[in-house]
Order: sequence, then structure tokens, then C-alpha cells
Amino acid sequence: MVRLYLNQFLLLAAVLFSLGVYGVLARKNAVLVLMSIELMLNAVNINLIAFGAFRDNVAGQVFALFVVAIAAAEVGVGLAIVLLIFRNRANIDLDESNLMKG
Amino acid sequence: MLKNAWLVPLIPAVSFVLILAFGKRMPKKGSEIGIAALGVAFVLSLVAAYEWIGEHVPRHPVKSHSTWFEMGGIEIGVGIHIDGLAVMMLVVVTFISLLVHVYSTGYMHGDRRYTYFFAALSLFTASMLMLVVADNTLQLLVAWELVGVCSFMLIGHWWEEQNNSDAAIKAFLTTRTGDIGLLLGIVTLFFAAGRSFEIENLNRMALNGEIGHGLLLVGGALLFLGVMGKSAQFPLHVWLPDAMAGPTPVSALIHAATMVVAGVYLVARVYGVFFTGFSIEAGGINLVALIGGITVLIAAALAFVQDDVKKVLAYSTVSQLGYMVMALGVGAWTAAVFHLFTHAFFKALLFLGSGSLIHAVHSNNMSEMGGLRKYMRTTYITFILGSLALAGIFPLAGFWSKDEILLGASENGFPLFLVVGLLGAFMTAAYMTRACYLIFAGEYRGHGHPHESPPSMAWPLRILAVFAVLAGLLNAPGIGLFHGWVEFEVEGVEHFLEFHEFNPGLAFGSLVVAVLGIGVAAGYYLRNAFPRGVMARSGALRTGHRVLLNKYYLDDLFINGVIRKIQYPIARAAYWINQNVLDGVVNAVGVAARRSAQVLYDFVDQKGIDGIVNGAGLGAEESGSILRRTQTGRVQQYAALLFGASAIFAMALVAFT
Repeated sequence: MVRLYLNQFLLLAAVLFSLGVYGVLARKNAVLVLMSIELMLNAVNINLIAFGAFRDNVAGQVFALFVVAIAAAEVGVGLAIVLLIFRNRANIDLDESNLMKG
Repeated sequence: MLKNAWLVPLIPAVSFVLILAFGKRMPKKGSEIGIAALGVAFVLSLVAAYEWIGEHVPRHPVKSHSTWFEMGGIEIGVGIHIDGLAVMMLVVVTFISLLVHVYSTGYMHGDRRYTYFFAALSLFTASMLMLVVADNTLQLLVAWELVGVCSFMLIGHWWEEQNNSDAAIKAFLTTRTGDIGLLLGIVTLFFAAGRSFEIENLNRMALNGEIGHGLLLVGGALLFLGVMGKSAQFPLHVWLPDAMAGPTPVSALIHAATMVVAGVYLVARVYGVFFTGFSIEAGGINLVALIGGITVLIAAALAFVQDDVKKVLAYSTVSQLGYMVMALGVGAWTAAVFHLFTHAFFKALLFLGSGSLIHAVHSNNMSEMGGLRKYMRTTYITFILGSLALAGIFPLAGFWSKDEILLGASENGFPLFLVVGLLGAFMTAAYMTRACYLIFAGEYRGHGHPHESPPSMAWPLRILAVFAVLAGLLNAPGIGLFHGWVEFEVEGVEHFLEFHEFNPGLAFGSLVVAVLGIGVAAGYYLRNAFPRGVMARSGALRTGHRVLLNKYYLDDLFINGVIRKIQYPIARAAYWINQNVLDGVVNAVGVAARRSAQVLYDFVDQKGIDGIVNGAGLGAEESGSILRRTQTGRVQQYAALLFGASAIFAMALVAFT
């Protein structure tokens, strides 16, 4: 039986979150950016559940469920946008989609 | 059944949905669903009544309550509170509604919106029953508004004619005016009763003196505003006669037997509030009795000058509702409830009878009727029986209930309202004699050939006629069951509803007054005992007649009178002041203004303000051209800014806490 500490979970989540941030900022492919966002959301989920479990509070799990549901909706909208960008410009390179330049 | 009385409102509600969904495809266009549902509801009500009567005395109200939702610690629930009063109302409402459903299959035959009509009838019945069983004021308010909406829909059933839709809007808005008071009253009493909407709790606290007298008075007066709107009490009675624009079965069900008595029912339900708040025990005069008394007299007087048979009955209904409210005001609770009970039968009978007449001659006007006793035997006999019951002739229903009200007024120390009641009885008997004379006596004055109505319309008349004759015996001396069934007790309070035993002297007096009323009217019309043309010669009478024809000018008062009477003098004075005083002032001001404006323009505007405006524009342009460099259009750069900003905020948060 291995003893688990809260910090282990928090570290895992922090690493995961940083990976997600890196992905969002550095990747060119829009689909990969969306996946990185998922990474960040799941890092947060780990935090929520870990805190919930260690503090005997069910609210953490409830929030995590909400996050999962919202993430599904967010991916739905995001993929639809990516699909439309692809149809219009035949690529999904984020560096090249700068039509909103001021 | 008492525990499950919530089934009774539920059945018509289900029927409403079924009629809307499948009504058009049914062989009888949905009417059979409504009739079947009401039949079941009526039987269930009878079972409930049977069980209630079979309970051990003293009977305790049967309650069940469930929470709908909670919000900020306030529990909002739905529930039932079944006692004698509620059971009585359940039976009356389902019974009249069932008969009206049957009657409507004949009366509305071939109507364009036949299915819709039955759906609305079902919805109305469901809402009315929900109002009856409500155990808290909030649920009562919801049902109260629902019946108002149904009334609006059904008055405007033939909305293609402008008059009808106007009448529907007038009815809705007038009752809504009163409902503002009702809502405020409910909120006031909610706080007064320690944050509880429960009616039983409210009654107990009011009667035990746990709520301050002033608070009860304010709450009761506000509730009474709602009652005045719904139960057509002076001066908010103006909508009820116009509501006769709806189909006649609707008038019988909603505007005679059930919805308009909702106000009376409300007062009877939270009687503790009114009893204590208005110090009814003390006698003399109080607001409830006063409004009721005024309504009795003014509405009865108006019934004399109407030509439309339904309007005669409408004013008669207003007058009888006044009786009930007056009875509650003088502390004769049982008498008011009993009058509500008997009135439902004979007034529904009269309205359905008038529908039968209208069906036959295709006109509402009594000037186009006359001599109908030869053509329509059933309608003739039942209508006369209904009129006699309304006039209070022994031993028909109205006699017993009206007598109890008069008795209550005299025994409880309200001599003024005894006189009002007797006067009202006289007028009631007289105007019903006039109506019967104009409809049935003499020669037929209309067009076409009148004919008796089909059995679906005649049978409800016969059944109701039986009840109009017999219903009063339920509380007659020697039988006297009714008051034992309906009177309610409040825990920890000694019995406060006084029931007075029959008084032969007073009963005989009221009978004499009623017969006198019939005699005077009959003398005027039948025997020509009074000189004809007395109306043409006497100026005072003519004026009175004109005032009545114009309904005391109340409509004009509400719509034009108040505005015009004030408007003209003010307008004239305003014009004079305008020409002589204001013009001079205005000219002087104008010149001064122009001069100062020139100065302002030269120095302040051109130099000061323009400078600021131009400076602001220039500044915006400069800063914009700097800031636009950050708008690269790249999502990832925005994201980086976002992360950076949130990281800074997170650090600040950690650092400062």
C-alpha cells in the first residue's frame, strides 16, 4: 500500500497544466491547440478531485463533472470553427489566420 | 377520498390537455372528454362530501402538503386543505360545470372553435377547483389568476366582434386592478403571520391576537380590494355586465355560479383576518358590510332598466354577490356560504334559461321576446322557478339563505344592513317580475318562430330547477344540516361563527317584502294599476331613469369624466396665463438668452469647448494608433497576453493574502 499525498496530485496537475499552456501558445495546428486546452481543463479537474477527496468534500467532484460537460460543449464549438476555417482557407495554421489584424 | 382530493382538480386539468391534443380528431370534437372528466370529478366530489359528513364530530380538516421549492428559506408549496367549505365548493363547482358542459354541446353546436371552447372550460374548472382546495395563499393566488385568464379567454370567445374583445379586456383589466391589492395583501399577511403562507395558520394567529390589529386591518383591506375586483363589488363591478358578451354557458358557469364567488370564498376562507381586522364582532358599520350593502342596492336598481336579459341577470348577480359580502361583513358567515350555495343553483338555472331563450329568438333583447310561455314550456317553467327562488319566495332556495343573512344582520347588531337587505329583497323581486313579464307575457315581438331548445339544453334546466327548489331545505329549521357541515373551527379558539336559529317573524317579514315587490311590479306591468306615462311627466323619475340607463355614469367617470371635468377649466386658465403672462416673460427671456448666448458662443464654445473636443478626438486617434499594434489578429498572441495577465493577478492574489 503506497501512501498518497495531496502534493503528488498537485504537482501532476501543475505539470499537465504547463504542458497545456505551452501547447496553446506554441502550436500552429488549431486542432492541437484545442487538445492542449483539454489538457489544461483536465489538469484543473485533477486538482478539483484531489482537493475534494482529501478534504472530504463532494463539491470538488461536482465541479469536475460540470467542467467535463462544459469541455464537451467547448470542443464542439471549437471543432466547428476549425472546420469552417479549413473549408474557407484550406489550412488550419493559426499563424496565417490573422484577418482580424487591427 | 378526502386525502386524495387533489385528484378532483387534476382530472379536468388532464382533460384540458387531452382536448387540446386529441379533441379535433374525436367524433364529438372533444366535448365527450370534458363531460367524462367532469362526471368523474363530480362523483369523486360526492364521495368526498359523503366521507366528510360521515366523519366524527368535531370534524378536522384533512390536509396534505408538499414542498414545490424553497428559496431563501421561504418554503413555497402546494397542498390541499379540505374542510366542509372546500367540500361544498367542490361539489357545487363540479356539478354546475358538468351541467354547463352538457348544455354547451347544444348551445355551442356548430361553433367555429367548439373544441377550443371545451378545452377552456376544462382549464377553468381545473383552476377553480385548485383555488378551492388551496391550503396556502400563494397557491390560491395562482389559481385566482388562472381563473381570471380563463374568464378572459371565454368572454372573448367570439373575438371577431370588437365589442366582445373589448369586454374581455375590460374584465381582465378591472379585476387585475383589484388583484394588485390582493397580491400586496398576501405579502403583508405573509410577513404578519411570521413568514407563512398557510391559511389555517393565518386564521389561527389572527383570531388568537398574535397579529397586530392595524396589520390585520391593512392586510384585510388589501385582500378586500382583490375581492372587489373578482366578485364585482362597487365600484369595480363595471366589468361583470360587459362580460355577458361571452357565450351564455360561460356566463352561467363563470360569471354567476363559480368564478365571481371566488372573492366571497376568499373572505370566508381567511375569515379570521376579516373578523378580527374589521372588528366585525363589534357591530355597527365596517368596510366589508358597507361595500356589500352599497353593491346590493345600486346593482338591483340598475337591473330595472336593462333590455338585454343577460344584463338583468348580470346586475342581479352583482347584487346577490353584494348580499354575500354583506353577510360576511355582518358576521353571518354560514349565511353567506349558504347563499353562495343556493345562489349557484338558481342563478346558473336563470342564465342557462336565458341562453335557451336567446337560442330560440336569436336576440338578447327582451323587447324582441314576449309571449314565449306558449312556445317554450320547459324554459318557461324552470325560468319562473329560478326567478321565484331568486326573489326569495317560500319554500324555494333563495328564501332560506336570504333570510339567514337578514337574521344575521339583525342579531349581530347591524340594523342598517337589515334595512338594506330588506330593500334589496324588494327590488330583487320587482326586477325579476319585470323580466319575466317582458319575456313570457303578452305577444311575441321578435322575428321568426321561437322553438323549444334541444334535450341537451332542456335537461340541465330541469335538473337545476329541482335544486333551485330544494337546495334551501338543507339548512331549513328542523333539518339544519348545512351549517354543521361547513362551519370551521380554529384550534385554540372558541367557536366564533355564530349561527342563529330560524326566526319566523323576520322570515315572514322578508317574504312579505318579496311578495310586495312582485305585486308592485306586476301591478305596474300586468294590471296597469299605475298611470302610464308617469315616466314622461315626472322630471325626477326621468332623471333617475337616465342615471340608471347610464349606469350611474361610472363608466364615463372612469374613462372621460375625471379627465374632461378637470381638463377644460385648467386648459382655459392655462391659455390665458400663456397669452398674457408667459409670453412677456418668454420674450424677455428670449432676448436675454440670445445676448448671453452670443457671449457664450464667442468665448466659451469656440475657444474652450471646441478645444476640449478636438483635443479628445486627437488623443483618441493617437492612442488608437499606438494600441492597434497590439491587435495582431493572432489568437496565440492574445492567449499569451491572457495567460500573462492571469499569472500576474494570481501572483498578486497570493502575495496579498
